[in-house]
Amino acid sequence: MSRHRVYVDGLACWSPRTPDWPSARAAFRGEAALLDPPVRRPAPELLAPTERRRAPDTVAIALEVASRAVAQSGRLATELPSVFSSAHGDLAINDYMCATLVAEPGAISPTRFHNSVHNAAAGYWTIGTGCMQASTALTAYLNSFAQGLLEAASQCSADHHSVLMVAYDIAALGPLASVTTSREMLAVAFVLAPERGPRSIGQLDWQLVTAAVSAPRARSPAAQALAVNAIADCLPLLEGIADGSSFELELPLDAALALQLAWKPCNEPE
Amino acid sequence: MPARISPLQITAYTATTACGHGKTSLHTALADERSGLRRNDFGVHPLDTWIGRVDGLEALDFPAAFSEIDCRNNRLAWYGLQADDFIDQAIAARDRYSAGRVALVLGTSTSSIGATEQAYRELDADGNFPASLASPILHTPHSLGIFVQGVLGLQGPCVTVATACSSSAKVFAQAERLLRLGLADAAIVGGVDTLCGSVLFGFNSLALVSAQPCRPFDVARNGISIGEAAGFALLERGHGALQLIGYGESSDAHHMSTPHPEGLGAERALDDALARAGLDGTDIDYINLHGTASEKNDEVEAALVARRFPASTHASSTKGYTGHTLGAAGIVEASIALLALETGIRPGTVNTSTLDPRCGPQIRLHTGQAPVRHALSNSFGFGGNNCVLVFAHGETP
Repeated sequence: MSRHRVYVDGLACWSPRTPDWPSARAAFRGEAALLDPPVRRPAPELLAPTERRRAPDTVAIALEVASRAVAQSGRLATELPSVFSSAHGDLAINDYMCATLVAEPGAISPTRFHNSVHNAAAGYWTIGTGCMQASTALTAYLNSFAQGLLEAASQCSADHHSVLMVAYDIAALGPLASVTTSREMLAVAFVLAPERGPRSIGQLDWQLVTAAVSAPRARSPAAQALAVNAIADCLPLLEGIADGSSFELELPLDAALALQLAWKPCNEPE
Repeated sequence: MPARISPLQITAYTATTACGHGKTSLHTALADERSGLRRNDFGVHPLDTWIGRVDGLEALDFPAAFSEIDCRNNRLAWYGLQADDFIDQAIAARDRYSAGRVALVLGTSTSSIGATEQAYRELDADGNFPASLASPILHTPHSLGIFVQGVLGLQGPCVTVATACSSSAKVFAQAERLLRLGLADAAIVGGVDTLCGSVLFGFNSLALVSAQPCRPFDVARNGISIGEAAGFALLERGHGALQLIGYGESSDAHHMSTPHPEGLGAERALDDALARAGLDGTDIDYINLHGTASEKNDEVEAALVARRFPASTHASSTKGYTGHTLGAAGIVEASIALLALETGIRPGTVNTSTLDPRCGPQIRLHTGQAPVRHALSNSFGFGGNNCVLVFAHGETP
């Protein structure tokens, strides 16, 4: 299959114990410990004050990483189509909706209902930034990061246009936590560009391979500690980028299909 | 403006709605101007509303190998795959191209959440899910993709799109990119959404649900009727009798649950769709409107149609037949646009008696019959998520 190339012009990561990319990078490299105690969720500054308070955790963390990645890329948010991916969406709202339907169905909050849609973070991002570009919201269970990256890279390569990609999940809550194993909060964002520019951090060659690939494991103790979240499939890529040299990686998309990635930092000689 | 795309042929399609199993029953309902809506009989404490319910799902034979993800949504997916021999054509495509070269892109808004709601009603003494509902893949929105991928034996890219009511329109755009880049040789797209407490009581909390059968574009419209549906289409490269020739996707950047007051997001999606198709408004014979019968959607959409299309374009909302099938609305209404191309049916807007004066001459109450060369389908979702599809009649192969 054909190989495609995109450039990463922006990268952001947020978890309660690595609240930005520099702290995550240092933790993955073994140069710093995870924050203890963990920080609270970020305030979604893009939103109006009333919405900021009521915003679900998924929206808060997705907007945090999206804002930082776009700022790093030097692009305007209004120029970028976006791909949002999450295995489960807002698990806290799912718990609220299901519990309220049992207790008093007529008492469902209209705000929490419209925030329950899987594209809530995408919606608030476009509202908060005034972006009228295309936006999508995907899910592929435990391959949600890899499938989101595939869709964003596909848009970038097919339409020759920079794309924002965001992936996030939060902890299961209430009775749902007895079956859904996602824990803590984790969000990551990339701005992908079709051409190398002054802000490019690295080049990412990608292709599909039809092969059964087992999920690469997070190597550092820090990444292993964050791997309790449903988008943990992003961690091996982040660890590789944190290392600072070229590497190859295969992320499973399914039982017999993988996304093969080759990363080369832009500060390495050609 | 985006560049034109090469057409993709649609070699099979199907839709199962409150109007019946498969596209023939849907065509008959459209031709007879017969609504499939009924008074709400779903759930323990039914709201006073009307719904588009698919009969027979409870008694269906569900494949035993997938019993851990047996739920109403996957039952409707299974029932929908049987209609119009779609499953046979999907499996034939898999065998022709190989399992790893057929992509699966499906849309839904709530997927299997009905099973999660049921688990909350049936918690055990420790407050945990009952054993019969304890599979993690039953309680995640990709449950739909996992199920359909499994029963079709596909191994290509498989993803679920969940952008509320535009979900199963956007699947066509995502599949087109996968085919254009050579990441797959064929794609099965579609969408499935089922009735559940979350959507009935959720839309009710927003005061968007009508107590009567929905009346799209009626001057006295007062809300939506929620429906359920499954639909699928098989996309392949090359020219054929039915083709996808354009799509446009955009965001309103306005509000989570009300459309942009001037329809700017919807118009942007329309502009992109027409640009990819290389057409303008005068080329469009039939438009299947989003037309939910909510006050705001229909006001904004009527104005958009009035300012962008000639009087000769026949436009209608088919939500009065099927109800608003949410994440399945895109594929259901794409199927109706394809029926228009295939048979010349131009559906009317059932249940509606007096059009809102904002409507132009394009929006029709009654079903007509005349050749259709180009058809549009509009899908607009919460979060201000818009998608417009353009289909064309190609040469007969």
